[in-house]
Amino acid sequence: MARPNTLRVIARNEGPSARRRLIDIRGLAKTYRTRDGEVPSLKPMDLDITEGEFICVVGPSGCGKSTLLKLVAGLIPASAGEILIDGKAVTEPPDDVGIVFQSPVLLAWRTVLRNVMLPVEVRRLDRASHLERARQLLKTAGLNGFENKYPWQLSGGMQQRAAICRALVHDPKIVLMDEPFGALDAMTREKMNLELQRIQYETGKTIMLITHSIPEAIFLADRVVVMTDRPGSVAAIYDVPLPRPRALDMMASPVFAELAKTIRGHFYAQGHLD
Amino acid sequence: MASPRHRNPVLAVIDAPWARPVGLLVILIAIWDLSVRIFQIPAYLIPTPWDVMLAFRNDGAMLAREAVPTTIATLAGFALSAAIGIPLAMLIAGSRTIEAYLYPLLVFSQSIPKVAIAPLFVVWFGFGIVPKVISAFLLGVFPVVVAGVQGFKSVEADMRDLARSMKASRLQTFAMVSLPHAMPAIFAGLKVSVTLAVVGAVVGEFVGSNSGLGFVLQRSIGNFELPTMFAALIVLALIGVVLFWVIDLVERLIVPWHASQRHDAFVTV
Repeated sequence: MARPNTLRVIARNEGPSARRRLIDIRGLAKTYRTRDGEVPSLKPMDLDITEGEFICVVGPSGCGKSTLLKLVAGLIPASAGEILIDGKAVTEPPDDVGIVFQSPVLLAWRTVLRNVMLPVEVRRLDRASHLERARQLLKTAGLNGFENKYPWQLSGGMQQRAAICRALVHDPKIVLMDEPFGALDAMTREKMNLELQRIQYETGKTIMLITHSIPEAIFLADRVVVMTDRPGSVAAIYDVPLPRPRALDMMASPVFAELAKTIRGHFYAQGHLD
Repeated sequence: MASPRHRNPVLAVIDAPWARPVGLLVILIAIWDLSVRIFQIPAYLIPTPWDVMLAFRNDGAMLAREAVPTTIATLAGFALSAAIGIPLAMLIAGSRTIEAYLYPLLVFSQSIPKVAIAPLFVVWFGFGIVPKVISAFLLGVFPVVVAGVQGFKSVEADMRDLARSMKASRLQTFAMVSLPHAMPAIFAGLKVSVTLAVVGAVVGEFVGSNSGLGFVLQRSIGNFELPTMFAALIVLALIGVVLFWVIDLVERLIVPWHASQRHDAFVTV
């Protein structure tokens, strides 16, 4: 895969400690109001994410992982606490963020290229320069030749790759991903993990990815955030000491296995198999 | 395109898509003719197909002339149905308050038989085209609204979140996501609507009119001219079929991406 050189590259300093904080989550909590009363989804939690960091959030079903992501994306209001991105409180969807959902949510009446260009049209950004980047991104994602196809003519993995291109087309600093590979078969999923890992390594994007899969989280993340059962909160945060760029072979390394065992322990301890 | 090419032209005709309904029609006409002959049904109850053919020869010009006002009333009623039904569906799908107030009343109004209130429109608007158009509109609007509401409401939650994450304005969300998404459902509603608008126009002509195919139907059954009446019915059915076909054609042009249109809209490798 060619290096996506049309995306800005954020300089990698010496170690994460030297980098500045990009996302500050302070005492963030969310309670949904339903007909049956108030349902707490997220207990007050704190989390700092530095620039260029890859954060994976794992946790049992319904633990509020997706709620956390929607809060950071500014799609739902917090019940308590706050989120700061670049020191600015999130009250509406921030500009410097791209989102990938579990389903590709491509518009059926638009070609792949026009789907990728959708954020550019909606945000009224410069068309010519972004068109160049959109083509470059599609090429990077192995979708060259499919620019003028319609979403239904693509396989599930290709559709999700197009959705990732769409999230990257306006070159956001932050990419939020809500179980982006959850609907894909195991082999496609591994391939997508490898590609995503490489894009993140090469561009230094700050990524927060929600997943059910412990191996996926460890393979991708700089830090893995483990969440408790509902109402969710942070149970533990683990550094992943594997070097980058990573290869799939690393999944067999002792460090990987040990970390997977520790994280899995959280869910067994609660008697919860996800 | 999809059907295999036959060397034998006879086989090719039999395999053509239009040949099947026509073939069935020919069989039905044969059964009709045979039943009238075998059971010796008198002509004042059911005319033979031949009698109807003769009625077409004698009254063809009159039928063609009377079809014009009926078609105009149908088209006007249908246009009103679309022009009022689609925005109404947008409002109902867009606001829970409007839905709560309006939707039950709309369903309620549909249960009132149009034939019963059609004379009222004649009292209000006279014997002109207006009562027919209103009658066609009242029958045609409901399927458009129901289909439209369903179409606008079926946008997935993730799709809405995606639009909001891009800070799309309400207008942008509507134009780029909701409206195209609702198009296939709206067209399904329009197809039902156009056939009902024909019925509505005829109902309007039944109760108070001195022109149109509904008037011809009324007069011919009064005079026991059953062949003419059957001929008028056939012309009415043809109007419905042609209008339905036109909308189907427009749909193919506007929503070629939809699953129901894909087979002949794109040729994939």
